[in-house]
Amino acid sequence: MRMTSSTIRTRWSPKRDKATPQHRRAAKAAAAVAAGALALSLTACGGGDDGNTGTQGNTEETANNVTLPKLDGTSLEIAAVWTGAEQANFKKVLAEFEKRTGARVTFIPAQDPIINFIGSKVAGGQPPDIVMLPQPGAIKQAVDRGWAKPLGAEALKELGENYSQGWQDIGKVGDKQYGVYYKAANKSLIWYNNQVFENAGATEPETWPDLLKTAQTVYDSGVTPFSVGGAEGWTLTDWFENVYLSQAGPEKYDQLARHEIKWTDPSVKDALTTLAQVWGKADYVAGGANGALQTDFPASVTQVFTGGDQPKAAMVAAGDFAQVNIPENMKVGTDAKVFPFPAVGDNGPVVSGGDAAVILEDSKGAQALATWLASPDAATIQAKLGGYLSPNKNVENSAYPNAVQQRIAKALIDAGDDFRFDMSDQAPQAFGGTPGKGEWKILQDFLKNPKDIAGTQAKLEAEAAAAYGG
Amino acid sequence: MTSATAAGGVTPPAAPKSRKSVTGTRRMVAALFLLPALVLLGALVVYPIGYSVVRSFYDQSGDGFAGIDNYKALFTDEGIRTALKNNIFWVVFAPTVATALGLIFAVLTERVRWGTAFKLVVFMPMAISMLAAGIIFRLVYDQDPDKGVANAVWVGVHDTFAQASAFPKAHPGRESPLEAAGGGAFITKSPVRVGETVSLPMVGVAPDLMPDGAEPAAAPKPEPDKVTGTTWQDFTRGEGVGTLNRVDASELGYAGMRIEAVKDGKVVASTTAGDDGTFTLPASADGAQLRLPDSNFKEPYNGLDWLGPSLVTPAIIGAYIWMWAGFAMVLIAAGLAGVPRELLEAARVDGATEWQVFRRVTVPLLAPVLAVVTVTLMINVLKIFDLVFIIAPGSAQDDANVLALELYRKGFSEDQPGIASAISVFLLLLVIPVMWFNVRRLRREVRR
Repeated sequence: MRMTSSTIRTRWSPKRDKATPQHRRAAKAAAAVAAGALALSLTACGGGDDGNTGTQGNTEETANNVTLPKLDGTSLEIAAVWTGAEQANFKKVLAEFEKRTGARVTFIPAQDPIINFIGSKVAGGQPPDIVMLPQPGAIKQAVDRGWAKPLGAEALKELGENYSQGWQDIGKVGDKQYGVYYKAANKSLIWYNNQVFENAGATEPETWPDLLKTAQTVYDSGVTPFSVGGAEGWTLTDWFENVYLSQAGPEKYDQLARHEIKWTDPSVKDALTTLAQVWGKADYVAGGANGALQTDFPASVTQVFTGGDQPKAAMVAAGDFAQVNIPENMKVGTDAKVFPFPAVGDNGPVVSGGDAAVILEDSKGAQALATWLASPDAATIQAKLGGYLSPNKNVENSAYPNAVQQRIAKALIDAGDDFRFDMSDQAPQAFGGTPGKGEWKILQDFLKNPKDIAGTQAKLEAEAAAAYGG
Repeated sequence: MTSATAAGGVTPPAAPKSRKSVTGTRRMVAALFLLPALVLLGALVVYPIGYSVVRSFYDQSGDGFAGIDNYKALFTDEGIRTALKNNIFWVVFAPTVATALGLIFAVLTERVRWGTAFKLVVFMPMAISMLAAGIIFRLVYDQDPDKGVANAVWVGVHDTFAQASAFPKAHPGRESPLEAAGGGAFITKSPVRVGETVSLPMVGVAPDLMPDGAEPAAAPKPEPDKVTGTTWQDFTRGEGVGTLNRVDASELGYAGMRIEAVKDGKVVASTTAGDDGTFTLPASADGAQLRLPDSNFKEPYNGLDWLGPSLVTPAIIGAYIWMWAGFAMVLIAAGLAGVPRELLEAARVDGATEWQVFRRVTVPLLAPVLAVVTVTLMINVLKIFDLVFIIAPGSAQDDANVLALELYRKGFSEDQPGIASAISVFLLLLVIPVMWFNVRRLRREVRR
């Protein structure tokens, strides 16, 4: 399973190699979940009629809510960076498309950064028909270079029926719709160790002051409240974005994302001050600031859920994708729980990421596949398999395999158009996506010295000005 | 670099210039035979170098001529300056330390029975790829003493001399009668009186981490002419503080907590809490404030911040030396085998001590080998990339930066191919003198 857009930002990170065993374990866990889901659905639907061995058992019962043309003899290619269980699950979605239309679809495994991968394919004269692009910026790049083709009428109709305006808009470049956000990530979550909360008598907070109170209770019980994976800058930008979106509101968030207001704006100062209430308090962050700066993302999740009654920390702010880093013996939903990032201002934030299907080779087949990916039928298949979140509002919440995923999905859909796409993913990469540079580095410095709010703002503004080109 | 050395090796066959060679081969035929090598060399070495040089004069997109802007950035960009500084540090220390260690190992193993076995072990790290070595050392330098060997050793040594305290994270809870006294100590807000009881509740110590002897806390009983009190963990598992600032049934006493009675800044009496957290102070404590000194709360020593900004480069150099000392040792040992024994014997017969033999005979005789080893390592170090890339955590990558890494970052993650090309040209210029030295030495060697 991939961490959606966050992977993009970790792609130069040396920690990926180190994290592999963890990923493998996680992949195994995901596979186990998927297998469980399969077993369930198999008992539900009985035997397949076309002699399936059971691996595709649950595609049988999906409702037919989308009209697709007959495409016998057409062959299509679709490229994405997904691996392991995620890729296997996605292939089941493609298999259903093949079954309904008669087309052949080949999955092309790509590498990050996928935009460069596509570049080499285009240069070689053989681009895949559809590519899954993770960021609005990447879609724009693909359009600017003339690679991407706009969606046709059927796909637009399907998209309009199933997606809120906000999710449609981030797939647009200019007035034309290019992207279908097939997969989403909800980054406004805090995972916690249920045992620790019970020991401390702490409750799930809904507002920022509640969060501080909960943190204090946990701290009083003898467990460090927060785990921060500060070795990777994007975990810190996610913290900031959640606080900022909730506190300053969506309009300011958009302005800051486009660098229309400066980082020296008072709203940024407020957000940093708020952040410092957690980051700056002695013993609130596992390992202290120095320890946190050497903790990579997988470790920051794992250390919350290992160590019995005495884990290194009780909570970790991380997206739905953190699930893969939770050790197998901790059951998601009972041992490992999750609550939405508390509201700092009037409303709780919903910061998201996602992957959009973009057509590179326009054809009837490609348009049909894009239509299929925009349909609730396709998303439901993968939702049932677990480890996946769809921005499609017509996917039944009950399609998700467990209570935690249902809750995460509900939070994302309920946000309607109030969700915001990850800000650092929208920024130029030199500012929002490079280890040891820009926002990542400055927030790491801020974690180390949370008193220096004005200095942090000045540095952010200087780097942003350079990166946005004035 | 290596390919450029190869170029130096390939050109000599072209030396028979205009005159016909002994076998009567014509120039055409010679050219024909050279062609495949030249084409490969041109396509794989000369063209990329040339293109990099050209590219370094163009701007980001590659369309506009940028003059020497990219080279200007080379010396103004802070990231590149750090990289340059670190590279110098690397070139000075890594090859010399590795060579020195190699020399010591080589000389010592010569006289050990199991010398070959020892050499094999020291040489072993060379068989591991840089990437694997990087991953190993990322773990070795892990901050957590339970994971990182370096810190485990360091903390072990430290803790033998300085004992950790029992209640590192204890702190006053809500509405506590205690306040911080600075330096990690806590003190009662009001003075205590003889015959009265004092409660010193604190929170923040998990039940599993309490001292082994701790028992359920007992409420203090007043005694005439004494100050009595209890200090305990005012936190009930699953229920929070329970009754605030009162002893609840399952709450444990702070067994072994040190308590001082302070009057006018002077300690007038002191005691240690019993297993149930109760303590008694003599009458002299009357009117004093009770202080819990900072020795109760000392954080456990967490070792050195190996991969923090200040130590990261030396730490990575350590990993490099671990890998390459074996290489130096093997080369030097080979050189050592060629040193005439008679010279050493003669020195010994003349009454030289072993140290003098080593210093005045062995090292001077080995000088050419030492120079070759050092220079080879220098070339190797100039292009160091993998170890830094893998060992340094993202937060310290800026501080551990070296030119090759900066080249990669500029070229691939920041989309600045112009500046990246400039860095590569600069690296080439840095390597040339060292290479020239090596080639010249090689020529001389051949002539001899």
